Amino acid sequence: MTMQWKLVCKQSDLVVGAGVAAMVNGEQIALFYVPESEKKVFAIGNWDPIGRANVMSRGLVAHLQNEWVVASPLYKQHFVLASGQCLEEDIKVPHWSTKLEDDNLYIALN
Amino acid sequence: MTSNKPLSTIKPHLVVVGNGMVGHHFVEQVIAQGGHENFQITVFGEEPHLAYDRVHLSEYFTGKGAADLAMTDGSLYDDNGVRYFTNSLVTQIDRAAKLLVLKNGETLSYDKLVLATGSYPFVPPIPGHKRNNTFVYRTLEDLDAIRNCAKTVTRGTVVGGGLLGLEAANALKNLGLETSVVEFAPRLMPVQLDEKGGSVLKGMIEGLDVKVYTDTATQDIVDGETAFHRMNFADGTHLETDLILFSAGIRPQDALAKQSGLEMGERGGITINNHCQTSDEDIYSIGECALWNGRIYGLVAPGYTMAKAAAGHLLGTESLSFTGADMSTKLKLLGCDVGSVGDAHAQTQGCKVFVYQDEISQSYRKMVVSEDGKKLLGAVLVGDNSYYDTLLQYYLNAIDLPAQAQSLILPAMDGAPVGLGVDALPATASICSCHNVSKQDISDAVCNGALSVGDVKGVTKAATGCGGCAALLKKVVDNELLALGVEVSTDICEHFAYTRQDLYNMVKIEEIKSFDRLLETHGKGHGCEICKPAVGSILASVWNDYVLKKEHISLQDTNDRFLANMQKDGTYSIVPRIPGGEITPDRLIVLGEVAKEYALYTKVTGGQRIDLFGATLAQLPEIWEKLIAAGFETGQAYGKSLRTVKSCVGSTWCRYGVNDSMKMAIDLENRYKGLRSPHKIKFAVSGCTRECAEAQSKDIGVIATEGGWNLYVCGNGGMKPRHGDLFATDLDDETLVKYIDRVLMFYTKTADRLQRTSVWMDALEGGLAYLKDVVINDKLGLCEELEARMEHIVDTFQCEWKTTLEDPEALKTFRQFVNYEGVDTNVVFVEERNQMRPATDLEKQQLIAKAG
Repeated sequence: MTMQWKLVCKQSDLVVGAGVAAMVNGEQIALFYVPESEKKVFAIGNWDPIGRANVMSRGLVAHLQNEWVVASPLYKQHFVLASGQCLEEDIKVPHWSTKLEDDNLYIALN
Repeated sequence: MTSNKPLSTIKPHLVVVGNGMVGHHFVEQVIAQGGHENFQITVFGEEPHLAYDRVHLSEYFTGKGAADLAMTDGSLYDDNGVRYFTNSLVTQIDRAAKLLVLKNGETLSYDKLVLATGSYPFVPPIPGHKRNNTFVYRTLEDLDAIRNCAKTVTRGTVVGGGLLGLEAANALKNLGLETSVVEFAPRLMPVQLDEKGGSVLKGMIEGLDVKVYTDTATQDIVDGETAFHRMNFADGTHLETDLILFSAGIRPQDALAKQSGLEMGERGGITINNHCQTSDEDIYSIGECALWNGRIYGLVAPGYTMAKAAAGHLLGTESLSFTGADMSTKLKLLGCDVGSVGDAHAQTQGCKVFVYQDEISQSYRKMVVSEDGKKLLGAVLVGDNSYYDTLLQYYLNAIDLPAQAQSLILPAMDGAPVGLGVDALPATASICSCHNVSKQDISDAVCNGALSVGDVKGVTKAATGCGGCAALLKKVVDNELLALGVEVSTDICEHFAYTRQDLYNMVKIEEIKSFDRLLETHGKGHGCEICKPAVGSILASVWNDYVLKKEHISLQDTNDRFLANMQKDGTYSIVPRIPGGEITPDRLIVLGEVAKEYALYTKVTGGQRIDLFGATLAQLPEIWEKLIAAGFETGQAYGKSLRTVKSCVGSTWCRYGVNDSMKMAIDLENRYKGLRSPHKIKFAVSGCTRECAEAQSKDIGVIATEGGWNLYVCGNGGMKPRHGDLFATDLDDETLVKYIDRVLMFYTKTADRLQRTSVWMDALEGGLAYLKDVVINDKLGLCEELEARMEHIVDTFQCEWKTTLEDPEALKTFRQFVNYEGVDTNVVFVEERNQMRPATDLEKQQLIAKAG
């Protein structure tokens, strides 16, 4: 399987310690810029499957038991940024690999 | 409502006749245990609705709709392949052929059958009982009919003064009728209460303007002279009333079983064994239609236990059997506490009785103990149910009574131990009777990692039925945690081993100005959604910095980050500040024009402001540009901060006003509008003691008097309403403001995160008196500092939206997408009452289908 890197936005479009939303191939993606983390930028689906709205990018980033998570702004469930796994319910949202290169942010499409 | 799942003939067919609470609980139990994999399940309900919460039926009159009371919207059935038919009466069982016959003549075969047909209200055969305007109280349709009738009449009477009858009387009273209760027995609630308890209850209820006739037999009902009916009583007197509601007990709905030749009780009821099987082993019966050991159980908890026992036996999964149930009850009737435990009538051979009665506060308590005085056999409570939980545990678990057993029903005196420590409860003690959860179950849940009340509720379902055991559950959970050596922590989260008050002091004394700095010096890890907003709020309280400053932005909850209130579909609502609720026509027009331009749903709030709903993220700055140009400021409806100062017009217009409450309200709102606090704060100012602004329900309430202002503190509305306490009287303007400065700043300095003022004050050792000492007598020598801190907040106020519009970096974060100019296509509105509202999922699907 070949990985295809897609340019999404500039690094300066991201907000340190928080999320922004992007549209990639008609799909809404939430991007979280966490400079302290190994990955630097996480990408998960912007759709909150519990609150049923596109709001994930507007949640608070938290670090719980060694994992970076986002708390949904609607009902506060936590989703692991690296895997999309919800900690409270058996639900997962999509996630993508990312890379920062020369002030550009790319995500991996497969 | 009917599902259209095809009927599979491969699996054996399980049919449930009756879809009340117990029938529904049975299906839930079967699904939870995977029974839908082995059985094709079909459910028949006679009513037009799927199962609903009959225990809380009366709430249908106080604002709840059928959907709120529903136990399921059908999705549980649909998702698990259960076919269901409402409005469907099963009229016959052919046991030999294992066939059911429906009212419309159709037939259906079954392999296993469950009869959960419930009960029907007993209507005494008094001549005239079938006249118009007579009702029973059982179904939503009954309540609709009662409500319709009540609209046109003035007097209502309930026949039957038992538990349900008094509940129904309360409903009639709430519908605005002059209400009477007629009871055949010599006292109210004859099953649960003794004579004295019944008479105390009667006194209390009569005090609420409900007429009570006990020991009264109705001979016939005829046309009235001044009302629709006249009820003629056996003693020659009569009562005229427009509406009659029969609530004289229930009878098992057992006609179907009887017709099919199942074994019945002499006075009705379907005989069952400990597995809830009837005399036909393929037919079970549960709930109020079932007769176990010669007894019908008319409460929901035993019904649930039967449902569980039947499901377990049918599927071979659980060995639980039904062996009777405790019928102790506690409830609030017409606002009066009533409780009954075990042998309330002291019928046990040789038993002894303790009685306590207080005619001043109207309460009555009785304990029935064994001959040797060691065990509690029963109890009656009227007027105060706070004694109930402890008594019930002594009774259910046969715990030895303490030396001074009477202390269990005596009012608590200073220092006297109250109640039973949960430690003393045996492992088998039933904590939640609705879901049959024992202390052992809770202990197991805690040992398996459920370390909070919320987690334990999720695992065991305890306190999710009637909710009556919630307080006891918390005690048991805390006690179990303590036993495990888990410290019940006051740390705000895993990143800071401190309370909010500790963090506030660090920020202030060490002049810490950012979250990162505080984390570096006093915390660990990287922060979370608990500590980040809490520290963000503390930084704002102490330094009053712009909340969207680069180093603060990631601390803010979504509402604070975008300075608006997120709604369920991800759009926002906007609330500009309208100090004191006073607004010029011109500004009102601006709000109207902006709302019209952006098609915002518009509603007046409880705080005398105007809320504009449905703005997208990207629209927020544009809209605020217009509002600020017209002179509006942010209302901070999104923040933990001062919300509104509600007001009446006061002495400027009102004939009764004694002071200018309008001006005071505006001044107070403008003074405190920037303050960030542990939780939201609401004010109100009334211009006279008529109290039109409802100041006593606010955190800070001010009421004008002939001598100045009375100040009330720490009230609130919401989930647990509390009246404010009178703090000081006849204050001049200057002292009033000084006191409010001090109270608010002391609260901001010392309260826990998300602690309203009422809870904060109750938690202060010494409560109101202590707070007065600090604020009025300067007991802590803090007043000067508190005032100076408030002055700083007042002097450095900025409208956050104004600052945001001037900051291009901050504005950038309001883009819907960083790489795309389009909109969120999931945000869809439909029109309702000439405004927009978010489309439901179903409406969205329909719109898509139409477009496709």
